[in-house]
Amino acid sequence: MRRDLIAILAVGTLILVAWQVVVVVGDYPPYLLPSPFDVFDRFSDPRVQATLLSHLGTTLVEVLLGLALGVSLALLTGFVLARSHLAERLLSPYIVAAQATPILALAPLIVLWFGSGLLSKVLICALICYFPMVVATTVGLRSIDPGLVELGRSLRATRRQLLTSIEIPAALPTILGGLKIATTLAVVGAVVAEWAGGSSGLGVLINLARGSLFDIPLMFATLITIAAIGVALYLVVVLLERRLVGARA
Amino acid sequence: MRDPHPVIPVGAPRPEGDGTATDAIALTDVTRSFLLDGRRIDAVAPTTLTIPTGQVAAVVGPSGSGKSTLLRVISGLLAPDTGTVTIGGSPVRGPDERVGMVFQEPRLLPWRTAEDNVAFPLELRGEGRSARLARARELLALVGLTGFESARPSQLSGGMAQRVALARALALDPPVLLLDEPFGALDALTRDRLDAELLGLWERIGTTIVLVTHSIPEAVFLADRVLVLSARPGRIVADIPVELSRPRRWEDLDEAASGRAAVAVRRALEAHGATPGPGVAA
Repeated sequence: MRRDLIAILAVGTLILVAWQVVVVVGDYPPYLLPSPFDVFDRFSDPRVQATLLSHLGTTLVEVLLGLALGVSLALLTGFVLARSHLAERLLSPYIVAAQATPILALAPLIVLWFGSGLLSKVLICALICYFPMVVATTVGLRSIDPGLVELGRSLRATRRQLLTSIEIPAALPTILGGLKIATTLAVVGAVVAEWAGGSSGLGVLINLARGSLFDIPLMFATLITIAAIGVALYLVVVLLERRLVGARA
Repeated sequence: MRDPHPVIPVGAPRPEGDGTATDAIALTDVTRSFLLDGRRIDAVAPTTLTIPTGQVAAVVGPSGSGKSTLLRVISGLLAPDTGTVTIGGSPVRGPDERVGMVFQEPRLLPWRTAEDNVAFPLELRGEGRSARLARARELLALVGLTGFESARPSQLSGGMAQRVALARALALDPPVLLLDEPFGALDALTRDRLDAELLGLWERIGTTIVLVTHSIPEAVFLADRVLVLSARPGRIVADIPVELSRPRRWEDLDEAASGRAAVAVRRALEAHGATPGPGVAA
């Protein structure tokens, strides 16, 4: 674990060094490619910190609410699809179509209908998380060892007991795999939603930094902050996974 | 010395079932079929059978002869199409509490420890945690797994996992144990050892056992009688008593008597077009 951490930090340092080498060798101006030091300068400026933090708050709320909505709807849908082949045949073309339509094209429409407030952001986030979670839940519940279900039946488990004691725990590793994808996509969804219309959030800050502020180092700092949210949420799922299913291996 | 064991035809009176206490298991004209791609497949032909309390009956037969189906009908996991199944004189309707089952695979819940797996049937019945864990530890000791209470299924060998499954099957103190090729996936040495341990256990608790197996030596070693099923639809074509004294040990098995029983089983299988392959019969 600790050795992993050291290796990860070493790779990060290597990337930073390579970045700096490119900047120095190419002699790029900061408005094209800022050096790691320029970006670090921005991060260490207290005013920038305050700005980043407030936009981070907005985006994080959108991501978490969107995840909660998308994941809970997907769990319900996945459960229905896993139980009913008829429902799967009827609904899956539309679920796939919703996923195949680019979120970039849908986002402006959703903002048009639901306004540029929190609601449209949450809906866009939820939409982008929905599909991988539906697939993971359906596959997870479908691929349960039928022997375990028969065991439960032979022990006279009720339907509810079968679900809580056998089916959900058995499907959990697959469902958590879907959640890993969903969390990272949720961050993408939030930024796309903010681009489609909004007054705060890290996506908005990127637009500001690129446009009226023309502060490319700040844009980099924002990008890094966005990536950090994704990594942090992913790690939360990994910890959850380790706690819930790690003991099986 | 006795005569070689006769093959008793179906329908002939079976001495084991006569004049004793209530039969543990009784099947009357039981049949069961399946639908496969719209076609009806008869798995179990009309079967009438009684197994007295405390007896060990082995069921052998070619693959697909409906052995497992028969076991599931007795356990209540499958309803018979016709006929009735009773345990201790009262009918079986749906999965029955009086039956403990062990399947060919251990079917342990991989997210639970060994003791939590053994306690699972008690948990489903709503027993308190301390009571069910105490019982689980007792059962694990009974199958020789003291010290492995908190082991995960992935940490157990195949033989150990199957012992946990056996302990779990005993959790509700069932009068009947149904074993569906319980040691069939294990290596020969482990299998012999578990057979011997199963007999030791049976000598202590006296449960009625029906065991489906592909191994004739295993059937003869464990059982009081061997029921031979024909190819599908499964029909009991021979009911061969095993006249070996108990307690039985692999080391001092009466080779003549076990050999006679094994030959009788093999003849019955052959007579109905179903000789097990050499690897299975060995």
